[in-house]
Amino acid sequence: MSLRIVVCVKYVPDATGDRQFTEDLTVNRDDVDGLLSELDEYAVEQALQIADEADDAEITVLTVGPEDAKDALRKALSMGADKAIHVEDDDLHGSDVMGTSLVLAKAIEKAGYDLVITGMASTDGTMGVLPAILAERLGVPQVTLLSEVKVEGGVVTGRRDGDSASEQLEASLPALVSVTDQSGEARYPSFKGIMAAKKKPVESWDLEELEIEADEVGLEGSWTAVDSATQRPARTAGTIVKDEGEGGKSLAGFLAEQKFI
Amino acid sequence: MAEVLVYVDHVDGAVRKPTLELLTLARRIGEPVALALGAGAEATAAVLAEHGAVKVLTADAPEFSDYLVVPKVDALQAAYDAVSAAGSLVAVLVPSSAEGKEIAARLAVRIGSGIITDAIDIEAGDKGPVATQAAFAASFTTKSVVSKGTPVITVKPNSAPVEAAPAAGTVEALAVTFGALATGTKITSRTPRESTGRPELTEAAIVVSGGRGVNGAENFHIIEALADSLGAAVGASRAAVDAGWYPHSNQVGQTGKSVSPQLYIASGISGAIQHRAGMQTSKTIVAINKDAEAPIFDLVDYGVVGDLFAVVPQLTDEIKARKG
Ligand SMILES: Cc1cc2nc3c(=O)[nH]c(=O)nc-3n(C[C@H](O)[C@H](O)[C@H](O)COP(=O)(O)OP(=O)(O)OC[C@H]3O[C@@H](n4cnc5c(N)ncnc54)[C@H](O)[C@@H]3O)c2cc1C
Ligand SMILES: Cc1cc2nc3c(=O)[nH]c(=O)nc-3n(C[C@H](O)[C@H](O)[C@H](O)COP(=O)(O)OP(=O)(O)OC[C@H]3O[C@@H](n4cnc5c(N)ncnc54)[C@H](O)[C@@H]3O)c2cc1C
Repeated sequence: MSLRIVVCVKYVPDATGDRQFTEDLTVNRDDVDGLLSELDEYAVEQALQIADEADDAEITVLTVGPEDAKDALRKALSMGADKAIHVEDDDLHGSDVMGTSLVLAKAIEKAGYDLVITGMASTDGTMGVLPAILAERLGVPQVTLLSEVKVEGGVVTGRRDGDSASEQLEASLPALVSVTDQSGEARYPSFKGIMAAKKKPVESWDLEELEIEADEVGLEGSWTAVDSATQRPARTAGTIVKDEGEGGKSLAGFLAEQKFI
Repeated sequence: MAEVLVYVDHVDGAVRKPTLELLTLARRIGEPVALALGAGAEATAAVLAEHGAVKVLTADAPEFSDYLVVPKVDALQAAYDAVSAAGSLVAVLVPSSAEGKEIAARLAVRIGSGIITDAIDIEAGDKGPVATQAAFAASFTTKSVVSKGTPVITVKPNSAPVEAAPAAGTVEALAVTFGALATGTKITSRTPRESTGRPELTEAAIVVSGGRGVNGAENFHIIEALADSLGAAVGASRAAVDAGWYPHSNQVGQTGKSVSPQLYIASGISGAIQHRAGMQTSKTIVAINKDAEAPIFDLVDYGVVGDLFAVVPQLTDEIKARKG
């Protein structure tokens, strides 16, 4: 029987660019380049490795985002995923984590799955809670923050490196897994992969297809509200000295002045 | 008076500092009721009371240590039900550890509430508690409220001072029934991290970090010696961690630990955006780098352009000399 894997990937503003908020206090996506969140590349990579080990597996990549979010799907397809689902709807603009997770959960259920894989956190919202919320919504075990993952005989196992201990986890499928950037370098799409991706199917779904009301998502339906977003004032230029033999001592002087010594 | 439910992070009864900070924040918006779970839960009561907990709810069961996250969510939900039934609950506060965030998030779904993560400050507002967050590698500061349900907010370490404020701290056993999902993810083994004797990275008042410029695991003792002279925690950049020079658990940055100490000293670290995401809220920032153009210098209060192998040992010696 085929192993159905759904990988959630997010389209995010490039972290090395100048990220800004717009007037409605949502992320400005117009003036910055977007891309597949780098941390989700690790999720795609683990899906590909799990699929390789399985007799028969199918990988669907799923994103909730604006028109441009298709770029993230294309990247994942060119890495080797089989097909893609893009949930897009004007009413989704400004969704918080509760709205986004609701849409993802409904889409995952509609797509059908044995295993859901996500990244550890997005590189824009960086909440890192969406995986746990999805597991709660789907009613399946959460096997999160794995630096190593394996699926065999309907059981997923993995290692979670926590603050105080490293834990070995085990759960039965269906399950939700999130992987860290320690799980293994993500592959670069090959030329062949990029060409093949152009022919792979990308389905577009909207809220109606997922039986979600507009007021359950978006800015209006949000369960949180951003009141203000202010750019941090640039740090006032610090003192910079060149070491000419006394650099350590002068630094010690500064630390003493600041009462750290 | 309105209650604030505070989830307690402790190790065998020893309450971790971020929880005491949460109690300070909680007192700004109501009366803290603390929830402590697992082995040693009751032993937390004295220190929680000293920091303002009017009541301490406790529960222990093998599920808390044998299965991942969900049993603790079941317990937090039971505490939520108990406190809201008895009075008016204004917020649920949870420390922003990886596990804390997951527990808080699942509770939020269950109780139909919005969630704010990684708050660096909380104040009372007309529409309920207002949380401050640092966004986009701390280049923005946002203020948000939860507009639906009882606000669930996770708070980063070092967000508030620890203040004593003695309160009753009555201990009450909480009855918890575990749902079907509680045993979904089994923890089949656990290897505790070896203690270095240094402060916990996320809680430390001073963090001394080394990067690719340290150039080898064998050289990290230079960074450690500086850290020890200041009673600091040791951090590392991802480049140093990926090279195998220092454990991943010490990585500072977007995918490592996020730190917000009084003093951060970066040696041989360029200051890539992903590193900055984890340290930019540090109060005082110092860097030692031989490249005057390194982006880390844009952040510093004091920077030394020079070879870390000369500067860091001299600094360490000077600190020791000054401390006598
Ligand atoms: C600076 C900032 C702060 C925010 N703060 C809050 C807040 O406090 N409360 C709140 O409710 N919302 C908040 N949001 C909105 C929230 O980030 C988004 O709703 C979001 O899609 C879910 O959270 P995340 O991206 O942080 O997910 P994370 O939990 O960090 O992401 C984990 C994984 O979930 C998957 N994933 C996340 N989003 C998508 C998607 N759209 N499509 C497919 N897969 C996805 C990816 O696999 C990702 O690796 C914030 C957004 C920003 C930009
Ligand atoms: C998705 C993602 C997540 C990431 N998460 C993290 C993260 O959590 N944390 C993190 O740190 N990085 C993270 N990174 C990596 C980040 O982009 C950088 O690659 C990394 O921070 C570089 O580490 P570095 O500064 O030590 O090395 P480099 O950038 O190579 O800098 C080394 C510096 O050392 C200086 N130097 C060399 N020799 C000496 C000497 N003898 N004396 C003084 N100075 C010297 C050099 O001038 C240089 O500035 C992430 C990247 C991605 C894509």
